[in-house]
Amino acid sequence: MAVLVVAEHNNAELKDATHKVVTAASQMGGDVDILVAGKGIKDVVAAAAKIDGVRAVIGVDHDSLERQLAEAMQIVVVNLMDGYDAVLSPDTTSHKNYMPRVAAKLDVQQISSVTGVESADTFIRPIYAGNAMATVQSTDSKKVVTVRTTAFAAAGEGGSASTSDVDAGVGALKSEYISEELSKSDRPELTAAKVVISGGRGMGSGENFKLLEGIADKLGAAMGASRAAVDAGFVPNDWQVGQTGKAVAPQLYIAVGISGAIQHLAGMKDSKVIAAINKDEDAPIFTVADYGLVADLFKALPEFEAELTKAGY
Amino acid sequence: MKVLVPVKRVLDYNVKARVKSDHSGVDLSNVKMSMNPFDEIAVEEAVRLQEAGTATETIVVSVGPAKAQETIRTALAMGMDRGVHVQTDEDLEPLAVAKILKEVAAAEGAELVVMGKQAIDNDYGATGGMLAALLDWPIGSAANSLSLDGGALNVVKEVDGGLQTVKLQMPALVTTDLRLNEPRYASLPNIMKAKRKPIEAKTPADYGVDTAPRLKTLKVTEPAAREAGIKVADAAELVNKLKNEAGVI
Ligand SMILES: Cc1cc2nc3c(=O)[nH]c(=O)nc-3n(C[C@H](O)[C@H](O)[C@H](O)COP(=O)(O)OP(=O)(O)OC[C@H]3O[C@@H](n4cnc5c(N)ncnc54)[C@H](O)[C@@H]3O)c2cc1C
Repeated sequence: MAVLVVAEHNNAELKDATHKVVTAASQMGGDVDILVAGKGIKDVVAAAAKIDGVRAVIGVDHDSLERQLAEAMQIVVVNLMDGYDAVLSPDTTSHKNYMPRVAAKLDVQQISSVTGVESADTFIRPIYAGNAMATVQSTDSKKVVTVRTTAFAAAGEGGSASTSDVDAGVGALKSEYISEELSKSDRPELTAAKVVISGGRGMGSGENFKLLEGIADKLGAAMGASRAAVDAGFVPNDWQVGQTGKAVAPQLYIAVGISGAIQHLAGMKDSKVIAAINKDEDAPIFTVADYGLVADLFKALPEFEAELTKAGY
Repeated sequence: MKVLVPVKRVLDYNVKARVKSDHSGVDLSNVKMSMNPFDEIAVEEAVRLQEAGTATETIVVSVGPAKAQETIRTALAMGMDRGVHVQTDEDLEPLAVAKILKEVAAAEGAELVVMGKQAIDNDYGATGGMLAALLDWPIGSAANSLSLDGGALNVVKEVDGGLQTVKLQMPALVTTDLRLNEPRYASLPNIMKAKRKPIEAKTPADYGVDTAPRLKTLKVTEPAAREAGIKVADAAELVNKLKNEAGVI
């Protein structure tokens, strides 16, 4: 039994999501190899080879893989699958983009966003915005699985996997990359941060998110948002936490001016500790919050920041 | 350009799913069902393409039980031209649905398929990608905006770090994200008009597609429950609790 893990990276750096998927892959039993598909990926390949428990790292370097175009990724992964019983990737947007294509080409039903691995063919996954957990067993000869990385610990370092280069085998494509507008931030990534502070419609404007910044600075937190805050244009789309945005599970999640709709809870209710600030004491967010502060956020946030300062942050 | 929009009837997004006591699945008896919200966005986009003179015909298709007809009618009331209902009482997996949709797209001569990026019931997020691969079409996933550029389609996609633009040769497939548009409500006259629009009745067998499930659902359980905690009096107590009781800051 051999499992291929598709690495998450930006061509320069390997992302921690990869280590988490390696953990999920190891739980299936058998050998674990990593595919690094990208452009100019030497450092990423070297970093992947150091992950504990990895047998081999396959580097595939091609122009069309710089942005991991769906068609190109499909070709690369499908070409490798003769040698594997399963392929696993993080369930982030870059992989959601091509994994269903791989599954269809292999004539396999994809198993999406798994939060648990029971065996080589049986997985646990949330359905209905996480209001139910399904245990599913695949009867397909090969498994195509995306992994909810927040549910798995990162595999350690200390491995020394062999590395090799494989030809991409990618010819003419029907799609091309044009441009990218990435939100710039010095803060930790939303899905990897230990503390996340999110604002909702109650913030009232994008300008008011400044009230969260000072707190985020002190706590080294990533910043997130509800759909309503993103739709209103307060903050960029990639801040959305929830069923159809990002799933986060930090040590501490602070929800400010967020009501706690089913779809939002789906993305944050696995956080270790949840704190909520909301002026409505009946807001559903309080049904999942460990610590609730019923208050007007415009008063509570400056006080919260001042109290953090007092406490030495 | 013919535009095909697949739609799914799902548990309404405002209703919290209840797990059946025998752990066989989610209880869907006597609950409100609606069109998957991402599909409404897809329908809206198709209707806008037609209003702009880009789409020559808009066809809505649903693979599902008898009641999926209501979902098709909703799309017709929003302005789509006609429907195809592939009737089945099985809860088909994305792979089977994609195989059926491939045949429908071919039969209709669709040049653009617009569909939801995920269905909010099973949360697979797979049908669009699978259909694109089966058709050997390029895909623009999680679209934030679309624009036609000669014979090509520019799609601005929502990605983890922000937005990315890709250019797709036609025919192409696009999956919708929440910011693509705001779906309209059907007006009463349009709801009346939709009743007379044609819906073709089909079955999976008509397309020769094997719909046997690949996954066995062993059980469906409640997620680990989270207890509601305590209310703190003020910001000072909150900082104190986070620091000294929870130890998370
Ligand atoms: C298909 C679909 C997918 C979705 N996906 C997501 C998703 O991934 N993520 C997501 O978050 N949502 C998602 N939603 C939307 C979700 O249903 C809710 O509409 C959304 O989460 C609400 O955001 P909110 O809590 O910020 O706004 P609201 O529900 O309007 O809540 C605002 C809160 O702010 C409080 N407030 C207002 N002013 C103040 C103040 N001065 N001080 C303190 N508190 C204040 C109010 O009491 C209220 O509780 C989705 C919906 C659909 C249909």
